[in-house]
Amino acid sequence: MSIEITSLSFSYGQREVLRDVNVSIPDGTLVNVLGPNGVGKSTLFRCILGLNARYEGVIRVNGKDMRTLSVKQRAREISYIPQSHAPVYDYEVLDVVLMSTGADLGMMRSPGPRHVERAYAALERVGIAHLAHRTYTQISGGEQQLVLIARAIAQEARTIIMDEPTSALDYGNTVRVLSCVRQLAREGLSIVQSTHQPDQAFLYSDKTLVIDAGTVRAYGDPRDVITRELVSALYGVDVEVNSLYGDKVRVCVPVKEIAR
Amino acid sequence: MSRPGEPRTLASPEASTPPPSSAAARPAPSVSARRAHLIIAGLAVFMVLAAGVSLMLGRYPIEPAQALAMLANQIPGVTLEPTWTSQQATLFFNVRLPRIMLALMVGCCLATAGAAFQGTFQNPLVSPDILGASQGAAFGAAIAILAGQAAFGVSVSAFGFSILTVMLVLLVSSRAKGNRILVTVLAGTMISSLFSAGVSFTKLVADPTDDLPAITYWLMGSLTGAKMSDIAVAAIPMTVGMAVLFALRWRINILTMGDDEASTMGIDARRLRLAIILAATMATASSVAISGMIGWVGLVVPHLCRMMVGSDYRRLIPASMLFGASFLLVVDNIARLTATSEIPIGILTAFVGAPFFLYLITRKKKV
Repeated sequence: MSIEITSLSFSYGQREVLRDVNVSIPDGTLVNVLGPNGVGKSTLFRCILGLNARYEGVIRVNGKDMRTLSVKQRAREISYIPQSHAPVYDYEVLDVVLMSTGADLGMMRSPGPRHVERAYAALERVGIAHLAHRTYTQISGGEQQLVLIARAIAQEARTIIMDEPTSALDYGNTVRVLSCVRQLAREGLSIVQSTHQPDQAFLYSDKTLVIDAGTVRAYGDPRDVITRELVSALYGVDVEVNSLYGDKVRVCVPVKEIAR
Repeated sequence: MSRPGEPRTLASPEASTPPPSSAAARPAPSVSARRAHLIIAGLAVFMVLAAGVSLMLGRYPIEPAQALAMLANQIPGVTLEPTWTSQQATLFFNVRLPRIMLALMVGCCLATAGAAFQGTFQNPLVSPDILGASQGAAFGAAIAILAGQAAFGVSVSAFGFSILTVMLVLLVSSRAKGNRILVTVLAGTMISSLFSAGVSFTKLVADPTDDLPAITYWLMGSLTGAKMSDIAVAAIPMTVGMAVLFALRWRINILTMGDDEASTMGIDARRLRLAIILAATMATASSVAISGMIGWVGLVVPHLCRMMVGSDYRRLIPASMLFGASFLLVVDNIARLTATSEIPIGILTAFVGAPFFLYLITRKKKV
């Protein structure tokens, strides 16, 4: 099991954010996490990553109890791809990727040629090796997101968490980033990503996890999970789910716009 | 940071060629990295040359040949026929040489600590005394002067109070709620102003004929009157601080991405930040303790270096060390050579630093 969460609860002070979450994610699975804003998706991710430590329950990643691991050990099991954001200073793309290769280095050491090669190979794997020496802040948002994916790959953890990787991207970049993620999961990585587009789950996920009000509302094959009833209730808008291309894809369409 | 007229990354040959096939998995050497290494080597050469030339400059005439001969005479096993007077030797070894060494050391420490703090606090407008190191030192020096201490006692008191102030800031910020970086900087600013008020109070109660001018001159910062023995003592914390910052330099890059990201990449951000703060504070406190308040070097030099070698701390730290040392040496040469009565170096660095700072913040949105 890549990620195994058992009776996870988490509160900010008095406010309970997550309540009795139980989820098992097998190896090499691409999981889409759906749910309205503020239902605890980010909190769930922060707990899995060890950024929120005061949770109840057990989180195992690759069989290891995350609570017992050091920061360094955690980084070997799981990596994190944040939404792309501008760093304060200008770094070369290769240097940004290189940042994740330090988990196996001593406190006082800097990365050597071995790490540079690892970073470069990661850039090649997502198909942007030609950007290696460009300035990170001067490439497009989609390219930046791919750089962050390469950075997570260079970290060589088997499980990756992505927080809304495509929310700030245009359509072309969204497709490029998601198909890159799809390919990585086929190659054996486990990837958990949150999204606001239920449609994406049909093409770009093996399993869909729906979080609502701090608990798991549904979890399983996107075809079973993303139904008219669930999406309508979850987001408070009436939708219809329709199938296209011999049920290779399904789309969610707001009923109001197609009612007449 | 987009720099018009400097398309260094775009002009690199790798950028224009199509993506190589995965068979050719070879990291091409970065053009900008190679350029940066050349610049760092150039800065090192410049520093050595500047130090050599400075040794021969001064109001009391010492010929370059005499200076070289006096230096060579110090090498064990070499005894030269003196071509210099004993007065010249005294001046050379007790005044000029210590002062030049101090300028190099203080410049190196302030610039490097500034660069490290700008990364640690993810803020390009931060200087090494953001956590109160300077105001704490000033207060320590002022009360030592009031207590009638000699120069060494003043320095020790300044150093002690400087470290104490930063510890106090760290203690307060560790108990405060909210964004860790923000509360640390806020606590630093607040406690700084507290000690600054303390300094004003000591000035108020100081004897206006004797102690008050002493405090005022101390606050202006100066490299005059440095003794070899004081420098040797200060060199210990300075060297430790510099060595730690140099060793951690690559990790500062990761810290600039934010604590959460750093931590998911296997870096304990809080521990790393603490180590950097302690090392930078040791270097800053000993610099301020021995030379008074010399502003701007720690703010301006890292930015100049960033323009030359880029933002990667693996190159920014060595560049700041070398350029900071050269910068303060050159400014100190101006201080001791130009005007008939010496201008305190703290004033001169502000004259250079403040306009440059204004230029930086008006040049573009993001520095």
